[in-house]
Amino acid sequence: MNRIAVVGAAAGGLATAEALRRRGYQGVLTLVGDEAELPYDRPPLSKQILAGEWEPDRLALRGRADIDALDLDLRLGVGASGLDAAARTLLLADGTSLPYEALVVATGVRARCLPGAEGVGGVHTLRTLTDALALKTGLRMGQRLVIVGAGFLGAEVAAVARRLGADVTLLEAGPVPLAQAVGEETGRILAQVHREHGVRLHTDAKVATVLSADGEVTGVALADGRVLPADVVLVAIGSLPNTEWLADSGLALGDGLVCDQYSAAAPEVYGVGDVACWHNPLFDTAMRVEHRTNAGEQALAVAHNLLNPDARRPFAPVPYFWSDQYGAKIQAYGYLRDHDEARVLRSDLTERQFLVAYRRGDRLTGVLAMGQTPRALRAWRGLIASGATWDTALTDMAVTDPAAV
Amino acid sequence: MKITVDEPKCVAAGQCVLIAPEVFDQRDEDGMVVLLTEAPDADQHEAVREAALACPAAAIHVADS
Repeated sequence: MNRIAVVGAAAGGLATAEALRRRGYQGVLTLVGDEAELPYDRPPLSKQILAGEWEPDRLALRGRADIDALDLDLRLGVGASGLDAAARTLLLADGTSLPYEALVVATGVRARCLPGAEGVGGVHTLRTLTDALALKTGLRMGQRLVIVGAGFLGAEVAAVARRLGADVTLLEAGPVPLAQAVGEETGRILAQVHREHGVRLHTDAKVATVLSADGEVTGVALADGRVLPADVVLVAIGSLPNTEWLADSGLALGDGLVCDQYSAAAPEVYGVGDVACWHNPLFDTAMRVEHRTNAGEQALAVAHNLLNPDARRPFAPVPYFWSDQYGAKIQAYGYLRDHDEARVLRSDLTERQFLVAYRRGDRLTGVLAMGQTPRALRAWRGLIASGATWDTALTDMAVTDPAAV
Repeated sequence: MKITVDEPKCVAAGQCVLIAPEVFDQRDEDGMVVLLTEAPDADQHEAVREAALACPAAAIHVADS
């Protein structure tokens, strides 16, 4: 193999390129990214960047010298526009066509927009550095921020904005925030944390329209007639996989690029990171995971599989994510969706501690925690990775960490 | 090999400890990375490089000495 193209130059794409070089690949290695910046990290956008704690240059995933050492055919500021899979040719937005022998799709996701709110001044989404800097300018003492969508992104921004002294309203379309992602029990705990920090959380709040005057946002109108005045609005209602450029490629597209258990979408075509929906054999289910750690792990796995076609390994990780809110860290291991039970094993918000275990069938499939020791969390992770049954897991953890169960 | 960690960047994911437990640990209070040795033995080098690749905060830097 002498010509590999990686499309997408954020965490997943860069890690794939690095891992390919680390594993001895010496051929042409093209890395394509639609943003002009050198590859940068996104999790700090809603945390340190928004809070003004970091300058943007701290986001760089690698220094210039490390990037240069990879000897890349680096094409930044130009996205991919199409793929001729039969001819193994990648088309770029500037008209370039690039032949490849193997392709890695790491184009990530983009923020979903609120219909009718595009182009209104003061209405933001948050996905890129440009987005974060634009939002940051509006987050000042006393400004009224309305956040549409109480997922993890909306929640993190709410926490930062409260610290900056903004007046924050958080809108959740369902009865409990994050219920689909982490279950109602956990969602209720997190909702309480927000309320304790002075966030006005409205549940069952369906947005009718964004109100504006002279092109600037003035508020958000809800379907039930209420109007919430706003100086700044953040739309945080999820994301869409960037797969449009693959529409005519013949590759299977569903919720992202459909991949098998090896993260392969077709012979010599692999998916990495947020865009990839692959079959995770550990949980025997297809999943698309928008977690930062998954981008790195999947990159390592794909680099191995690409370079060792006769010794491919299924990609069977225990997904992990974290979220920083109000100075505390929420951490989760496993597959929390589609659970049959979420059992709160510990909940002491004054001590900033909670621990929730997730069951699907008779298996432990996940754990979500705040304020637990790394050792305890690694023990939970080990049980999930080994496919432990629910009963075994609770018994084991009662021995390891008696307070937990 | 010389390892440096940018501690303020650490997000306490613990990936490094899973991959190279002889070189990295985490503080009990907040999960922040603890470097057990800046110059690990040669048999740890491969694991350390994997850990640097997998770190979700790009907080581990490895230099060849």
